[in-house]
Amino acid sequence: MKILVPVKRVIDYNVKVRVKADETDVDLANVKMDINPFCDIAVEEAVRLKEQGVATEVVVVSIGDAKAEEQIRRAMAIGADRGILVQVEKPASSLTVAKILKAIFDEEQPGLVMMGKQAIDTDNNQTGQMLAALTGLAQGTFASKVEMADDKVNVTREVDGGLQTVSLKLPAIVTTDLRLNEPRYVKLPDIMKAKRKPLDKKVPADFGVEERSGVSVLKVEAPATRKAGIKVASVTELLDKLKNEAKVLS
Amino acid sequence: MKSLIIAEHNNEHLAPVTASVVKAAALCADEIVVLVAGKNCGEVAEQAARLAPVSKVLLCDDDQYQYALAEPLASLVIANAEGFSHILAAATTSGKNFMPRVAAMLDVEQISDIISVESPDTFKRPIYAGNAIATVQSSESVKVVTVRGTAFDACESGGSAAIESIAAAPGEAISAFVGEELAKSDRPELTAAGVVISGGRGMQNGDNFDLIYKVADKLGAAVGASRAAVDEGFVPNDMQVGQTGKIVAPELYIAVGISGQIQHLAGMKESKYIVAINKDEEAPIFQVADYGLVADLFDVLPELAEAL
Repeated sequence: MKILVPVKRVIDYNVKVRVKADETDVDLANVKMDINPFCDIAVEEAVRLKEQGVATEVVVVSIGDAKAEEQIRRAMAIGADRGILVQVEKPASSLTVAKILKAIFDEEQPGLVMMGKQAIDTDNNQTGQMLAALTGLAQGTFASKVEMADDKVNVTREVDGGLQTVSLKLPAIVTTDLRLNEPRYVKLPDIMKAKRKPLDKKVPADFGVEERSGVSVLKVEAPATRKAGIKVASVTELLDKLKNEAKVLS
Repeated sequence: MKSLIIAEHNNEHLAPVTASVVKAAALCADEIVVLVAGKNCGEVAEQAARLAPVSKVLLCDDDQYQYALAEPLASLVIANAEGFSHILAAATTSGKNFMPRVAAMLDVEQISDIISVESPDTFKRPIYAGNAIATVQSSESVKVVTVRGTAFDACESGGSAAIESIAAAPGEAISAFVGEELAKSDRPELTAAGVVISGGRGMQNGDNFDLIYKVADKLGAAVGASRAAVDEGFVPNDMQVGQTGKIVAPELYIAVGISGQIQHLAGMKESKYIVAINKDEEAPIFQVADYGLVADLFDVLPELAEAL
């Protein structure tokens, strides 16, 4: 079984973003970029399935600018076999990405698509579900456990009330949550090896997909900041403030 | 302009967040229809019909909607989407699951997790874990939107909308419910509680959360946790507050032994008052706290429980 793993290049999750002075976007100049953490978990899960003999090949795809090759190489260092880089002029919308992935899905015919539940830049949480819709396949979102069972996959999902397990007919789309696994550290020899793995470079037109978005960003502003608070010295003082100043306790 | 809202419920009770979604929808459209899909969920339809801005409730009672699986639910929404300018649901794990599927089936972009309605086609939403707020405008024929419940008040009740039963949508079952482990708690639900007290890595283990539960029960508070506390296995995932967990905005949020990473702040910084209890006075949580207490939580929590 082949597993397709889409990954996204995003700002490093430890970096605090700042809004540009003209409020058109956040400032990403000279900011450290990395693989989206949820995508990292998806790569790790797919590679583990290959190591267990469940999967035979892991194909990683990224849709982004030329530098997204770095994230594909990282996925290869974890253990992905080959990569596809689809270069876009400007950041692609979730639906555009899903359409490109649908075309790649049709070409590659994977048994499973494993991808992150959301990217930590736009925080949309859409692409996996959209790909499932376009391919007409079942979806297992926010996965904390994935178990293959013949022609099905059982996915335990992190939901608001706790955990829910669903059984999906294969092929299926699975999106990863934080606790599915802990991605391994990549070792230098694997990074060197990854440089020699095959990488195909494409553009959206190769898949007949037009880059469009029905949603435009009018403004990006910094959130309202909270007023600096005070330090209290004791539980007694804290309760006094909550009762008599904030009036949130009676 | 006409809005279709997909109700969130457990087949018995309409989730309070739905009233907030109706409030947001009323800012987009003058006619509001609520779809209740589930199994033996007639009572939920009655509850939805009592929301004042709602003009009609569509009730689809069928086995396949019992667990709100995304595949059949999205197909049902599509089968009933004709004529609506807006389709809205809560940005909960349920809404996040099926709504993008609806959007893609309609060949439109979705707008996720809105926190304000500027006009029927323009919305504000947080990006980068809430470190920036984007104002976005949709030119799509149908606006598919998920709504952050804590950003909107509940709509008024006292209505009596008509309830119309509709047929299930046909479709091959490609997914099936296997089981669930739902948290049982007598405490208030996290996203709806007036007071929330959360523990972090500083709690050291799951047993120590008893110290938090004691305070919570005195306050009638819900109990949450940071990602670190969940990752360490102290408490289950449904208690996680943060960018990828639950978003809360209570009157009072008490963070205990939580350092205050941006991913956690994204889930609670809209709270009205924030209290931080941490022995590390450099912890970033103090930068957002209205009242900070630099002290050992193992001293503070018992004292707090005693004093309340």
